[in-house]
Amino acid sequence: MLEILIQFIGENFGMITILVIASFLGMEIISKVPTVLHTPLMSGANAISGVVIIGAIILIRRAEAGDYFSLVLGTLGIALAMINVAGGFAVTNRMLEMFKKKKK
Amino acid sequence: MEKTITDLLYLVSIILFIVGLKGLSHPETARKGNLTAAAGMILGILVALFEPIEGNNNYGWIVAGVALGSGIGLVAAKKIQMTKMPEMVSLFNGLGGACAMLIGLVEFYNLPAGTDMMSAAVFTDIFALIIGSVSFSGSLIAYGKLNGSLRDNFKLPAPQVINVLTLIAVIAISVMIAMGDSLDFNLVIALLAVSLFYGVVFVTPIGGGDMPVVISLLNSFTGIGAMGAGLIYGNNVMIIGGILVGASGIILTVLMCEAMNRTLLHVLVGGLSGGSGGSGN
Repeated sequence: MLEILIQFIGENFGMITILVIASFLGMEIISKVPTVLHTPLMSGANAISGVVIIGAIILIRRAEAGDYFSLVLGTLGIALAMINVAGGFAVTNRMLEMFKKKKK
Repeated sequence: MEKTITDLLYLVSIILFIVGLKGLSHPETARKGNLTAAAGMILGILVALFEPIEGNNNYGWIVAGVALGSGIGLVAAKKIQMTKMPEMVSLFNGLGGACAMLIGLVEFYNLPAGTDMMSAAVFTDIFALIIGSVSFSGSLIAYGKLNGSLRDNFKLPAPQVINVLTLIAVIAISVMIAMGDSLDFNLVIALLAVSLFYGVVFVTPIGGGDMPVVISLLNSFTGIGAMGAGLIYGNNVMIIGGILVGASGIILTVLMCEAMNRTLLHVLVGGLSGGSGGSGN
């Protein structure tokens, strides 16, 4: 078990380094956000997490033409993630528009 | 397109996410930040469509999914009332989680016969499936609580016991999958069901007043789920975009708790201890 873990870490060390640095970056970027921006920031970050759609696109592109299990569930995944992406960025934009008017 | 070029374009997409997120955290630049992140997403999706991948492409299916999703998403975002924004965010977040869940499920189904169960491929599938499912069902419960279709007094009996038992079941089934000689798809379905159930027992005991904090936490989960799905494909945009949301989501969750004069532990355990402190303040 430990051997597998060490082998995994060894093979993916570049990836693990990126993960650690990106985690710190993510925490650092938003560490001083004012309270009024909490909800729009959450909403915007939520839209970014829709990046999972890329996985569903790759999945479909790799699938065999007759593999309906992958095609149907993958397309469903694309549609759901795309709702997250399109809706997420649009809702965030609406929130921030309102915020701008309030400030004036 | 050449792989080096698509990789570079993916890198640009990552930079746009980082700059966008940074912009979103300052009042003057927030709107521009949101648009920057959206540009990063469009670029990422375009590159995913045209990067060199061996396969049948099936562009018709992809276009259908993208068209359907953007149509529904844009209309929903346009029609929703301002006061209903948080629940909308929760619903959107759950759908992103559902995508990670579906990816985990399909990749399990497509695992080549004879794949070593103790392998990175199986671990990442398990990871994406669990996190995606918890985020999906948890976000739906949060959505229901915010729009009033699920009342706060809807409680499970002995929530802390169910919570721990479900978590143990999730871990046990994951271990059973990884220890097996070959893939038992029934176990995958069981893992899916138990993970979905865990999302429900995780959010149900928490009071409606604390839902924004929970949504932020689930948002962070979806980011981590996207990272897990990214690990399946070795896709840097998904991995870095996902972990950025995961990490910033955790910090944002803590900041939101502080703004409400509560601690994250209070919100989560307060809900579990029978609701004495969990119903907001």
